[in-house]
Amino acid sequence: MRNNITTPLTSATITRLRAGEEYLLSGEIFTARDQAHKKLAELIQKKKKLPIDLATAIIYYCGPTPEKPSEIIGSCGPTTSSRMDLFTPLLMKHGLRMMIGKGKRSQDVIHAIKQCQGAYAITYGGCGAYLQEKVIAREVIAFPELGPEAIYKLTVRDFPLIIAVDSKGNSCINH
Amino acid sequence: MKTIKPQAITEAVSDLIVQAALIMRPDVKRALEKALRTEKSRHGREVLSVILENGKKARKNRVPICQDTGMAVVYCEVGTKVRVQGGLEEAITKGVIAGTKKGCLRRSIVSDPFLRKNTGTNTPVVIHYGWRKDNKIKLSLLLKGFGCENKSAVVMLNPTAEYATIKDAVLNVIRMAGPNACPPFVIGVGIGGTLDKAASMAKEVLFEPLGKRHTVAWCSRLERDLIKEANTLQIGPLGLGGTSTVLDVKVKTFPTHIAGLPVAVNVSCHATRSAEVVL
Repeated sequence: MRNNITTPLTSATITRLRAGEEYLLSGEIFTARDQAHKKLAELIQKKKKLPIDLATAIIYYCGPTPEKPSEIIGSCGPTTSSRMDLFTPLLMKHGLRMMIGKGKRSQDVIHAIKQCQGAYAITYGGCGAYLQEKVIAREVIAFPELGPEAIYKLTVRDFPLIIAVDSKGNSCINH
Repeated sequence: MKTIKPQAITEAVSDLIVQAALIMRPDVKRALEKALRTEKSRHGREVLSVILENGKKARKNRVPICQDTGMAVVYCEVGTKVRVQGGLEEAITKGVIAGTKKGCLRRSIVSDPFLRKNTGTNTPVVIHYGWRKDNKIKLSLLLKGFGCENKSAVVMLNPTAEYATIKDAVLNVIRMAGPNACPPFVIGVGIGGTLDKAASMAKEVLFEPLGKRHTVAWCSRLERDLIKEANTLQIGPLGLGGTSTVLDVKVKTFPTHIAGLPVAVNVSCHATRSAEVVL
């Protein structure tokens, strides 16, 4: 049974999400994976302005395939979240509250999620063609030189989520 | 002596790339359908249904099954009665470049493991060469995604290791792979040879059809025991729990040194993608 949620998600909404619950998300999410996270961390450390507003952005760990001329985006499933564990507590300290990916997170990340009352959701790993149909618009926001690893703003409709770690630190994924 | 033009190899490899990236292997599809029928958890069944639906959409919409279109690994068997009119490595590489463009694969290769500049061409290719006693060339392409490659491992056991120790070494790799490598997995196990030979066998065996057991008794028993025990680990599809943690386990062995027992485990995800052709 899936409920619909639309961005921007309020703090109260994110805090109330519970591990194991399933949702269909509509609105805007921002892709960022390994290299983009490294760049964002460097910008934070140098006290420079970030290309996205961490306080309102939902980050989706994803590096899509190139799209055909008729397509908005290529295959776009989630990449393994734990590779971004190193950077996540820092980003959460600077406003980030919700992320979408696949796989488990470290204890440091779970602790950071609890501290800022955030949430971590998973979506269908290896199902890039299925998720392609949930993306209705795409825009490059930052680091275009990174190609598939750039930060893209994706407008999504009925993007399926399963809450994996909630604001209480509960988890439904094999940690 | 048959002559094969490098252009023929390039075209064949390009077709293999598109086939592997976009079309779910029939034996993988059957294994996923069987898992769906036997999966005990609701979450598990739902994930398996989406995986199968994704396969249909990838085929219909001509889009890669997974956005990690992997690193191309080619096993090239050259017949002793074949002559290639030109560079074989160049022909294969051109084929991967062409297929990458045609199938809209992701350019996922960096030229240096530390400096990390994207090559932009999705090459170079990892190529293994072998021989065959005829006038043909066999090209076997595997697209290896790195979510699962990152969870693969080699363990050097003592030569006196018991069956249970070998089994547990493999189970441990599967356990450590957990939700991150996109279960349900196809597990390749290479036992014997040297460290690198075992690792190569563990990957090679991923080409073989799922559901077929090894012909040697202890290997067949190992495959069946591993499938049974891995499916009690409660990792399940996407790591949400369930009884479908592995679709199959396949073992390949080679003679080895009296002081060693290398055991390599190549974890492959539910998008185990390969295609083969004989020219």
